[in-house]
Amino acid sequence: MTQKITGAQALIRALELENVDTIFGLPGGCILPAYDPLLDSPIRHILVRHEQGAGHMAEGYAHVTGRPGVAMVTSGPAATNMVTPLCDAYMDSIPMICITGQVPTTAIGTDAFQECDTVGITRSVTKHNELIMSADDVPLMVRQAFHIATTGRPGPVLLDLPKDVLQNSMTWHWPSDEEVLDSLPGYKPVSKGHPRMIKEAARMILDAKQPILYAGGGILKARAADALRELAELIDTPVVTTLMARGAFPDDHPLCLGMPGMHGNATAITAMQKSDLLITLGARFDDRITGKVATFAPDAKIIHVDIDPAEQGKVRRPDVPIVGDCRLVIEEIIKAIKDLLNGGEKQQDISAWKSRVSGWREQFPLYYPTNEPGEALKPQYCLEQLRDGAPEGTILCSGVGQHQMWSSQYWKFNEPYTWVNSGGLGTMGFSVPAAIGAKVGRPDRTVWAVDGDGCFQMTAQELVTASVERIPIKVAILNNSYLGMVRQWQEMFYEERYSEVYLSPELPDFVKWAESMGCIGIRVESPEEVQPAIEKANSIDDRSVVVEFRVDAGEKVFPMVPAGFSNDDVLLHPDQNNRREFLR
Amino acid sequence: MSTNSYASSHPAHHILSVLVQNRPGVLARVSGLFARRGYNIFSLAVAPTEDPMLSRITIVVDVESAPLEQVVKQLFKLVDVVKISELDPRRSVERELLMATVRVPAEDRGQVVELTNIFEGKILAVGVEAITVSLDGSPDKLDDFEELLRGYGIVELQRTGRVALPKLDKEARLKAVKHGKAS
Repeated sequence: MTQKITGAQALIRALELENVDTIFGLPGGCILPAYDPLLDSPIRHILVRHEQGAGHMAEGYAHVTGRPGVAMVTSGPAATNMVTPLCDAYMDSIPMICITGQVPTTAIGTDAFQECDTVGITRSVTKHNELIMSADDVPLMVRQAFHIATTGRPGPVLLDLPKDVLQNSMTWHWPSDEEVLDSLPGYKPVSKGHPRMIKEAARMILDAKQPILYAGGGILKARAADALRELAELIDTPVVTTLMARGAFPDDHPLCLGMPGMHGNATAITAMQKSDLLITLGARFDDRITGKVATFAPDAKIIHVDIDPAEQGKVRRPDVPIVGDCRLVIEEIIKAIKDLLNGGEKQQDISAWKSRVSGWREQFPLYYPTNEPGEALKPQYCLEQLRDGAPEGTILCSGVGQHQMWSSQYWKFNEPYTWVNSGGLGTMGFSVPAAIGAKVGRPDRTVWAVDGDGCFQMTAQELVTASVERIPIKVAILNNSYLGMVRQWQEMFYEERYSEVYLSPELPDFVKWAESMGCIGIRVESPEEVQPAIEKANSIDDRSVVVEFRVDAGEKVFPMVPAGFSNDDVLLHPDQNNRREFLR
Repeated sequence: MSTNSYASSHPAHHILSVLVQNRPGVLARVSGLFARRGYNIFSLAVAPTEDPMLSRITIVVDVESAPLEQVVKQLFKLVDVVKISELDPRRSVERELLMATVRVPAEDRGQVVELTNIFEGKILAVGVEAITVSLDGSPDKLDDFEELLRGYGIVELQRTGRVALPKLDKEARLKAVKHGKAS
C-alpha cells in the first residue's frame, strides 16, 4: 500500500531505518519541518550550543562506535558553521552524515534570508554532497549518503534539504540495496586486494632484513586491529602507530614502537628511517610523518595498502601497491606468508635489526625533567597521572597542540577506538565536543578530554550541552596561558620573538566558568594536588568535571622534527642530546 | 597571448575523456577538483552523450601542473564520475570548432574568403567592414588558420575546446566484420 508522508517524515523515517540512534543538532528556519517529526521518533536529539559542536560530536561518536555520526542544522550560517567539522571529518576519513536545511527551491539563488550555497561551499570538504530537489528523492539520497559515508574510504556526506522539499508530500518507498548500487554507477570502491600483489608483498616481507609495520588510521577504519596484531606476531616485526592509529596496536605489546613523525619518539622515527621495508597499512605518508620527503626512509622498499587508490604514489611511489580494505588485505597477506612458509621458504633473520631497535628504545625513552619542589607543574607529569588514574577502557580525546602531542606520547593506548583527535585538519576546539560525542557513543566508558587553554576557549560552551543533556565527561585543561605549540615554534624558530601567543594567566577563571556551565571545577597548581584532583574527578560520574592544571609554560614537546627537516635530524630533548650518536 | 596553440603544439598534453552522470553541479565538482588540487585545465568541452543519463567532459590537461596519474585518481573518486579514459593524441581523433570575426575592408574581403575556402571553412556572416568565418577540424589545423587570420585583424575569436574519441582499431574492426559482427 502506498502511503503519503512529508519529505521531513521521510527523512526521519529513513534515518531510523539506517539505525541512527542520535542526532546532534540545532534547529532553525529552514530545517524546522524536520524537527517536528523528530518529536515522535525514538532518535535522541542532542541540542548543541553551536553548530560546530554538533559536527565534532558527530565525529567523536563515529570515532568510538565506527558508525556514522549524524548532525542536523539549518541553512546559511548553520551550514557554514559545519564547514570546519566536515573538513575535519574529511581529512581524518570519519563517516559522518550532515543534514542542512536550505531555503525553499523557489527561493534558491535569490540571496534569500539565511541562504548560502551549501553544496558549493562544502563540495571540497565532503566525500559527497547533494541538494535534494524533490521529496520523492529523500529515501534514496539518505541511503546513498550512508552507503558512501561508510564504504570505501569513509568520509562525511552532506544532504541539503530545501524547506519545501521537507514540507511536500511524497510516496514512501525504501530502496533496496540493489537500487542504491544501481543509482551510483560511478561509485565502486575496491575492497579485495590484487592476489598477485599480495603474493609479491608476502615474498618481500619474508625477504626483508629491517622491516617495519607502518600502521595508519586505515587500520581502525577497516577494523583491522586483530589482523594487524596477527601479522606483526607472525613476522615478529616492530609496529609504529601514527597519530591516527594510536590504539590500533597495543602500546604494551613488545613489538609496539609507538608514534613516529614530527613529535614521535626517536625510536619510531629512526626505525622507519633505517628500515629496508615499510609495510604501510592504511597510512598516507603525511608530511608530519615523512619530514622532508626526499630523505624519508631512503633505503626502504614500500608496500602500500590503502583503500583509496589516489593515496598510492601520491607522496611516495610504492614498490607493491595494494588497493583494498586493510583487514581483508592483511588477512590475505597472512595467508600468503603462511603458504610460503609451509612451502619451505624461510623468513630472513631480523634479530640483529630488532636488537638495534631495542637499543634505541633503551637509549631514548620519552623524557622530561621532573619537577623540583616549588617549580611549576610539568604538563607531562599531569598526563602520566591522568593515564595511571584512568579507569580501564577510558577514552581519551584531545584538542590540537602541545597537549595533543603529549597525550599521544604519554598515554598507553592498549585498545582500539580509545583515542579521538583531530589529526589531519588540526582543529583547535575539537576535544570538548568530540568527547561529548564519544560519551554518547560509549556511555559505558569514562571519557577524558585533554585540552589546552587556547582550545578550550573555542568550544567550551558545549559543556552546557553536556550538563543539560546529562552527558558526563571529564576535561583536563593544561593551562600554560599560551598558545603553547605556537609559542614553542616562536621560541625555536623565531628567536624567541613571541607574537600574539600569550593568552592570560587569570582570564578566564576556568573553575568559575566550569561551575557556571553545571560542571565541577577544580584547580591544580602544584604536583601534590594532581593525584587527589584526578581521583576526585574520576569519582564523579553524575556530571562533567573540569580540572584546570596550571602548568609550566616553558615546557616544549620533544622529540621534534621541525617542518622541512629530515627525520635524520630529529631534535631530541636537550638532556638526551649527548647520546645522539646511538641513533645510528 | 596565444596560449591556444600550446596544447596542440605541445607533445605532452593529455586528453581525458570523462564520462559523468548527467546531473546538476557535476561540472562544478570536476572543475572544482582541478582547482583544489592545483591542476590546470587547458580546455574543456561538455555535452550529453548518446545516453541522456550521461555526459562526456573532454578535458585537455596541462600535465606540467601535476602528474596525470594523480589527476585521474582524484577525479575517479568523485561519485558522479563513471568512467575516465585517457586519450593518447596519436591514437585518437580530435575535433574543435573555431569562429572568428575579422576586420577586413570590402576590397580585401576576397582574400579572407579565399583563405577560408582553402581551409574548407565557412562564411557565416558578412558585414561592410568585417566578416565572420568558422572552421571545424583538428586543433592543429585551427591553429594554422587562426595564425593566418591574425594578419587581417581579428575582432573576436572563439574556440570550443576540443572533443575527442579514440581512433578505431582497424584490425579488430576487420576481424569483427569477418566474423560477421558489425560492432
